[in-house]
Amino acid sequence: MTPEEETVRNSSSTEVQDEYWEKKLEMEKKGKKLFKQQIFLDWCKGCGICVAFCPRKVYEMDEMGSPVIVRPDDCIGCRFCELHCPDFAITIIKRYPDRRRRKSDGS
Amino acid sequence: MIAEITRIRHKYLRHDKKFPHVWCPGCGIGIVLGSLIRAIDGLGLAKNDLVLASGIGCSGRLPAYVDFNTLHTTHGRALTFSTGIKLANPSLNVLTVMGDGDATAIGGNHFIHAARRNLNLTAIIINNQIYGMTGGQYSPTTPYGSNSTTSPYGHIEHAFSIADLAVTSGASYVARGTVYHVPALDKLISRGIEKEGFSVIEIMTNCHTQYGRRNEMSDPVTMMKWFKDHAVTTTRAKKMSPEELKGKFSIGVLTDIDKPSYTEEYQKIRDRAKGREVKS
Ligand SMILES: Cc1ncc(C[n+]2csc(CCOP(=O)(O)OP(=O)(O)O)c2C)c(N)n1
Ligand code: SF4
Ligand code: SF4
Ligand code: SF4
Ligand SMILES: [Mg+2]
Repeated sequence: MTPEEETVRNSSSTEVQDEYWEKKLEMEKKGKKLFKQQIFLDWCKGCGICVAFCPRKVYEMDEMGSPVIVRPDDCIGCRFCELHCPDFAITIIKRYPDRRRRKSDGS
Repeated sequence: MIAEITRIRHKYLRHDKKFPHVWCPGCGIGIVLGSLIRAIDGLGLAKNDLVLASGIGCSGRLPAYVDFNTLHTTHGRALTFSTGIKLANPSLNVLTVMGDGDATAIGGNHFIHAARRNLNLTAIIINNQIYGMTGGQYSPTTPYGSNSTTSPYGHIEHAFSIADLAVTSGASYVARGTVYHVPALDKLISRGIEKEGFSVIEIMTNCHTQYGRRNEMSDPVTMMKWFKDHAVTTTRAKKMSPEELKGKFSIGVLTDIDKPSYTEEYQKIRDRAKGREVKS
C-alpha cells in the first residue's frame, strides 16, 4: 500500500475518499497508464539512487534513510529505478485504476 | 501475474540464500549483475550451458549470486580457468568477470594473451578504477592526479584504457559501458556473449567507498552523475575534436570484427586428430 492509499484507507472523511476515487476515475478516462512500485525493504540498503534519479520524484527518503513511495500515480513506468537499484529491491508493475476495488467499495 | 523482472530474478539469482548481497549500499556491481542476467535471459541460454568464473575482489563475489555453473578462482587467474573449461568443453558458454586490478594488474598478462589468441570467451571487466576489496589502493586504471590510499599526494602514474588495450591485443569484440547507461549495457553484454571470439565488455562502475570517497564523490549518486556527464557515445565521439573529448570517455562498441577464434581452430585440430586415429 502506498502512503496515499493508506491515508485514504485510514481516513473517515468521505471527502478524502471521494477525492481519491474521482482522481482515479479521471485518470482512467484520460487513458493514463498507471504503475505500481514495490520496494522490498529487506534487500534495500537505502543508497538513494531511486530517490535521486526518478524523473517524476515518485520516491522520497524518510528520516530513517529508507525510500518511501510518495507520488505513485506520477510514475511513467520508465523503470529507471528498477534497472538501477543495485540491490534488486524495486519492481515496477503495470496497474489499472483500481477498478475492482471501486466497484466493491460502492456496493 | 508475476512481474517479468521478478521471474528473471528468481530464475537466475540465488535469491533465497544469498541476498541481500555483500556489496556496499549503492555499489555499481549490483547493477552489473542485473544487466548480466537480463542479457542472458534475452539470449535464452540454458543455465546448464553457462559458466561464470571470477577472480578475487569485490567484483569476484559476483558469481556467488547467480544460479548457474560458477567458479570463484584466484586473483588475476580467472581467464586461465575459463580457458581450460572452454577447451575441455567448447559447447559451454564461458563468461569471466574480473575487476580492473584483477584483469589488468596481476592478471594483465593473461588478459592480453587471451585477447591475442582470440579464445571464444566473454570477459566482463568491472572497472571501478581502484582496488575496492583491499582498501582503496591504486590500480592500473586509477586516473592521473586522483587520490587513493597508496597515492595520498595525488596519483603520479597514468592510467591505461582497458578497452583500448583489448582492441590492440586482438579481441574480436570490445565494448565499454557504464552502470548509468543500463539499457545500453544490457545490449553490449548480450552482443558480447553472442560473439564468436574473445569479447571484452569494460564497465565503468562506481566504488564510492574506496575511490569516490577520496575523490570528492563519496556517494553513488554523485558518481553515477559523473558517468552520465563524462560518457560520450562512440558515434558522437567521432564528430568531436580532441579538445572537446578531453576528460571524457567513449561508450558503445569499439570493435566488432570477425576472425577465426582459437576455439574453432583448436576444434579443427581435434577433428583432424580423430580422423587420423580412425584411419590407422
Ligand atoms: C595473489 C593475490 N595477490 C593479492 C591479493 C589481494 N587482493 C585481493 S583483491 C585485490 C584487488 C582487488 O581489486 P580489483 O581487482 O580492482 O577488484 P575490486 O575489489 O575493485 O572489484 C587484491 C590485490 C590476493 N587475494 N591474491
Ligand atoms: S535504489 Fe534500491 S537499494 Fe537504493 S534506496 Fe532505492 S530501493 Fe533502496
Ligand atoms: S519507473 Fe521511472 S517514473 Fe516510475 S518510479 Fe521508477 S524511475 Fe520513477
Ligand atoms: S568497496 Fe567499492 S567495489 Fe567494493 S562493494 Fe564497496 S563500493 Fe563496491
Ligand atoms: Mg577494482
